[in-house]
Amino acid sequence: MTNRLDTAGRIDRSKPISFRFNGKGYVGYQGDTIASALLANGVKVIGRSWKYHRARGFMGDGVEEANGLFQVQTGAKTIPNVRGTQAEIYEGLEFTSTNAWPNPNFDVLALFGKFSFMLPAGFYYKTFMWPAKLWMTYEHIIRKASGLGVAPKEQDTDHYEKTNEHCDVLVVGAGPSGIVAALHAARADARVLLVDEQSEMGGRLLSQNVQIEGNASSEWLRSALLELQAFENVTLLGRTTAFGYHDGNFVTAVQRLTDHLPESKQRGAREKVFRIRAKQVILATGAHERPIPFGYNDRAGVMLASAVSSYVVRYSAPLAKRAVVFTNNDGAYQTAIDLHRAGITVSAVVDSRSETNGDLPEIVRGLGIEVLTQSTVVKSKGGKSVTGAYVQSLSDDSKSLVGASRLFECDLIAVSGGWNPAIHLLAQSGGKVKWNDAKVCFEPDVVVQKQVSVGAANASFSLAEGLQEGAQAGDAAAKTLGFDPATNAAPKADSIKEQAIQPMWRVPYNADKPWDGPKQFVDFQNDVSVSDIYLAVREGFHSVEHVKRYTALGFGTDQGKTGNIVGMAILADALDKDIPSTGTTTFRPNYTPVTFGAVAGPDIDGTMFDPVRKTAIHQWHAEHGALFENVGQWHRPWYYPQGNETLQEAVNRECLATRNSVGIMDASTLGKIEIKGKDASKFLEMIYTNNWKKLAVGMARYGFMLGEDGMVMDDGVTVRLADDHFFMHTTTGGAASVMNWLEVWLQTEWPELEVFMTSVTDHWSTAAVVGPNSRKVVSSVVDGIDFDKDAFPFMGSRHGSIDGVPVWVNRISFSGELAYEVNVNANQGRHVWERLWAAGQPYDITAYGTETLHVLRAEKGYVIVGQDTDGSVSPEDLGMQWAMSKTKDYLGRRSLALQELRREDRKQFVGLLTVDPKIVLEEGGQILNEPAQQIPATMLGHVTSSYHSACLDRSIALALVRNGHKRQGETIYVSMNDGRTVPAVIGSTVFIDPKGERQNVA
Amino acid sequence: MKKYSIFSLARNALTKHENWEANWRSPEPKKAYDAIIIGGGGHGLATAYYLAKLHGMKNIAVLEKGWLGGGNTGRNTTIVRSNYLWDEAAALYEKSLKLWEGLSQDLNYNVMFSQRGVYSLGHNLQDMRDIQRRVNANRLNGVDSELLNKEQVQKAIPLLNCSPDARYPVLGASYQARAGTARHDAVAWGYARAADALGVDIIQNCEVTGIRRDGAKVVGVDTSRGYIQAPKVGVVVAGNSSVLADMAGIRMPVESHPLQAYVSEAIKPVLDTVVMSNAVHGYISQSDKGDLVIGAGIDSYNGYGQRGSFTVIEHTMAAILEMFPTFSRVKMNRQWGGIVDTCPDACPILSKTPVQGLYFNCGWGTGGFKATPGSGWAFAHTLAHDEPHELNAPFSLDRFISGKLIDEHGAAGVAH
Amino acid sequence: MLQLQCPFCGLRDESEFSFGGEAHIARPLEPDALSDEEWADYLFNRSNVKGFHREMWLHAAGCRQWFYAIRNTVSYEFTAFYRVGDPLPDLPNRSVPGAAK
Repeated sequence: MTNRLDTAGRIDRSKPISFRFNGKGYVGYQGDTIASALLANGVKVIGRSWKYHRARGFMGDGVEEANGLFQVQTGAKTIPNVRGTQAEIYEGLEFTSTNAWPNPNFDVLALFGKFSFMLPAGFYYKTFMWPAKLWMTYEHIIRKASGLGVAPKEQDTDHYEKTNEHCDVLVVGAGPSGIVAALHAARADARVLLVDEQSEMGGRLLSQNVQIEGNASSEWLRSALLELQAFENVTLLGRTTAFGYHDGNFVTAVQRLTDHLPESKQRGAREKVFRIRAKQVILATGAHERPIPFGYNDRAGVMLASAVSSYVVRYSAPLAKRAVVFTNNDGAYQTAIDLHRAGITVSAVVDSRSETNGDLPEIVRGLGIEVLTQSTVVKSKGGKSVTGAYVQSLSDDSKSLVGASRLFECDLIAVSGGWNPAIHLLAQSGGKVKWNDAKVCFEPDVVVQKQVSVGAANASFSLAEGLQEGAQAGDAAAKTLGFDPATNAAPKADSIKEQAIQPMWRVPYNADKPWDGPKQFVDFQNDVSVSDIYLAVREGFHSVEHVKRYTALGFGTDQGKTGNIVGMAILADALDKDIPSTGTTTFRPNYTPVTFGAVAGPDIDGTMFDPVRKTAIHQWHAEHGALFENVGQWHRPWYYPQGNETLQEAVNRECLATRNSVGIMDASTLGKIEIKGKDASKFLEMIYTNNWKKLAVGMARYGFMLGEDGMVMDDGVTVRLADDHFFMHTTTGGAASVMNWLEVWLQTEWPELEVFMTSVTDHWSTAAVVGPNSRKVVSSVVDGIDFDKDAFPFMGSRHGSIDGVPVWVNRISFSGELAYEVNVNANQGRHVWERLWAAGQPYDITAYGTETLHVLRAEKGYVIVGQDTDGSVSPEDLGMQWAMSKTKDYLGRRSLALQELRREDRKQFVGLLTVDPKIVLEEGGQILNEPAQQIPATMLGHVTSSYHSACLDRSIALALVRNGHKRQGETIYVSMNDGRTVPAVIGSTVFIDPKGERQNVA
Repeated sequence: MKKYSIFSLARNALTKHENWEANWRSPEPKKAYDAIIIGGGGHGLATAYYLAKLHGMKNIAVLEKGWLGGGNTGRNTTIVRSNYLWDEAAALYEKSLKLWEGLSQDLNYNVMFSQRGVYSLGHNLQDMRDIQRRVNANRLNGVDSELLNKEQVQKAIPLLNCSPDARYPVLGASYQARAGTARHDAVAWGYARAADALGVDIIQNCEVTGIRRDGAKVVGVDTSRGYIQAPKVGVVVAGNSSVLADMAGIRMPVESHPLQAYVSEAIKPVLDTVVMSNAVHGYISQSDKGDLVIGAGIDSYNGYGQRGSFTVIEHTMAAILEMFPTFSRVKMNRQWGGIVDTCPDACPILSKTPVQGLYFNCGWGTGGFKATPGSGWAFAHTLAHDEPHELNAPFSLDRFISGKLIDEHGAAGVAH
Repeated sequence: MLQLQCPFCGLRDESEFSFGGEAHIARPLEPDALSDEEWADYLFNRSNVKGFHREMWLHAAGCRQWFYAIRNTVSYEFTAFYRVGDPLPDLPNRSVPGAAK
């Protein structure tokens, strides 16, 4: 390590760590980030920019970093776009530069940089238009050149967790003010959650040697954290970033659990999202330093002053031999002092202000460092990294350069253009900010949630103020929540005399043409320069949002943490407006990027994405070779192939067995709702289109319900169990929405009705035993029911038992066959099923699935809501006038009288028989009057259901056809996917047993 | 308007780009116009452009309360396609797609319309029936559309999880090759620049605060910059349609909902098409810059807040990882929200109103971006002739009274 | 992320509830007496206010009760929760930015 001090800092020199960057081995220490370790190894150029592929080094030391992005690890473990200023190193870490090929020192696409004069902001809107068809080719090339890191191509081997947290006081940021806030709230017994994004808590104190309560700040920090750790009512979350602030004081935070560990030491989840509901939130999120654009300010070696201090003080990495500090405020003088103390020559402090009378400048002068007031760095000198700084004086009004420029040889330029409070979370929460002219920054103004900002996040930049505000906020939050904060004072820090900051947004190269001069970068990641902003204004983009979008300012992974305010100030200048009236852009989550995995949480392995619902008999189906179909959330048996049977062969067998002898199907997934109360029948009269009051106890009736728009919504059989007790069946997919539908009408429209409802879908297991031998099977195992055909008529409902287990049997049919649905408490579902199965063996009972169910019902012309209907089908379209009462009102009835619903040529439900009985029509096939298609064709409807019927030994289909009810016997043509049209004849929807005699088995 | 070309770019490079002219003027509003378009988003600007270009109207103003393109145009996921189920919708969106295909040249502004194709995945048998039906209808309507099986989908999108063990396995897809994406901001800017060149006054920071009527006729609008007369007023303010309708004293069958979207950090190309799934509820594409662009359905509650709830984000991300499990280590950079107004039948309103001279263009729900050119084209016709074009006649307000709804719900669960 | 005060169960997270749209749209007692325009108005037109909105919510993953709330559709702030049959709480007398005057 060429660049490391011998003492001090927060690295552990006893724990060296080896890592590889771009294939080369390096050594750092425990406590290093990728950035500090590389800088300590003298590596300056670490990557290339997005647009011009310019060589870049680190410019910051934290979340604001725009340049230092890396591809960390390889294979399934690879992570794109890792900010090197925050990633900790560990033994065996390997990473490479992003956006540089073959390496950051020699990059092929740096050619783009040479043509940058041709590629101003928005150039692509002006070109690549000729010839039109070539755009896709141009785009392909553009896409290849852009993008940053590389997404993994292998399945992630890590997993992600989520947890809900509730606390009295959430403190975001464990810098000095956040720590004090947490301490004060905790001492008052409030339940406190303190989150901080760094590996160590302490914030700026980690990079400073100052005094608190008369002691070294590092000592104070240590004891404060020890005190916090001792509280049972305090939770400290390190490596945790609060990334979103939503309504209801709902804050989302993500903790990085394993990315800082070698693979061999990684245990458990990689990341965990905390969904935090806080009663009070204290934002101690600190501030981000911003740069001052000057010529070639993007060379490696131009860094934010605070970052320089951080590398020198915290990481003991002195970075350079000679430095120039460039500032418009007193803060960067501390950097000069830190550099000097680390043995680095500070050639000059260049200050744009005319006066510098603060305490820190005095100290700097006392160290013998030259301070140049009313001056600016005009440009850097060097190749890929800095070798010097050209400095020139500013005119009295700061609007032009005067005198000759002086060159200071240096390999580091530390820059400070002032500080931006990290107001991101505040703004996300709906709060408003205002411009503070004295402090030259936006600061919190209006707060809309239960929240307060403290310290640098509140534009209170001095340590003394921050400690004071933290203490007050901690006390106040506790007090608001009814706790009794002790009256302990805030810790004290010395206040220092400061000279006020003066705005300095760019170098005034040319008073008439402010855009002129060498490239001055505002947004490093997206290569947005001062001239781009002026170009945007010239072209009519005056809104800050327009300029952002036109130039891509702030769209990088750093989200413009350093560039946005600078860019806005330059825009204000270009528009000749002040900053407040230029406005800010909206701060959106996320504060920093968060993995998809963390946001999705444990759902990502597929098993928890959506629960699978299985019936009580599911395992039996699986054991008997069933293939399953997704219906809603359910897995339903689709068909039961035997041997090498195809779907069609299996279905043929299942259909024939059922119609010729007996089949059995699991009907448990149908929605079931119990409806009780003296007004139950009155309620059903409104819900269903047909009459319910006169239905006899022990009998069932088919009904369908409409939306208020008159369209068919759901259907099913409802049984009357007692005068005031009904049992409703719904479709499998519609169960939940029907329940909501019933409840909203009952509770909000007719609350006077005495009706109670419960969804009991999962309570019951239902076996449908279907076919001419079904009575023999069911009656042989069910006790207590007289199965005589007249004693237990069609649509009847009876109670009995199997082996002493109560069952409830309905004689209803969705196939036209004699059929019984045997209902039993779901816990006994499999037992009853197996008893029926055993009882059916003499008749070769055959289990069938949804496919056979569909064929059997289609042969009888029974509708499946959702397949034969699509929300645009009325009951009359289905030919179901027989089920529509003329004597009462019901939901949807009025709409049936609308002009469009009275038309006689609506699309109506019909049967189709192909002229060639072997051809099975395609479901979804459109219906035409003529075989030849003219495009656009006149489509008369479509095939809704289509099957080969083994019982009829031919194909059958159901369809919606314009004016179909009156076109019986006419030939139409069905469009198939391969472009053919197939002739078919319109007929009845009932293909088997039109008189309905089959269920009348004696 | 000075034409853009590779030569103009080179010429301007020599003069340090100092001579580019403004894309549009910033005129003061006049006292009166022949027509006012309220809303400077894509649809509003397109309406003004086609009014000026095709219908000979020159004295037109577009009033925008903020910055042009700042509503849903500037906050959407830019999917363009026309493979809608019903004839009426397919015709309108196909008209739009045809306009997209020449739009960069027509406007002399590269809107980066990228015909990279759109896949709509089917995850269960009913999905596949619906897809077959839609593909079949599309072809007969002259809209390119293909039915793909699972193997074809897997081959085209290697990173897509087509495993039969997925919670909702991919069974197939519909594919429209001419569909794709466009650069949303550029669409607004391109239309604005071209409309301005035809003399349209585009007035930003001009909020309409009232719509004045003389009996059954519209006569002008009150704005934050004074009263402006006009015998024709077209309202194109997605999300805020009910607010404007209220000003005119009429009611609308629309509700405003938050719609959220998300982008990842920029990564190298991994997805060269658009993938949508109604069943798992999410869709994804990758922008030219390299961001994965992701969206899903609306938040359930009414909202004008341009933000929604975190649960929707969580569910969308889970859906995306269901489809693309290898994206779990990619990071989500930004999320945002827009306000969409939704119609009961998931189809837009492009219509005259009970107030003479007042026209509404709204109700596009989540899928309005793709319709920008066609919507503007048809709405311009409607304003110019005081009659809808046959393309938008089915999308008139009277369909709610006659019952002639065009229900696209089945075809458009997440309608992008 | 909204939080709702279910009048039956107390303060709960939004994810337990489903939204039911605008409240107090009474179903006409005599639908046949309405013109098609009036029926369409009942069926489809909504106030969709930008501002304080009376709306219905179902505590779907809780007590399964529908109830009413007043919510600002811009700030999403709830100002009242009430049961079916309760007297209607007043709408707050505050202006909402951007709402129709």
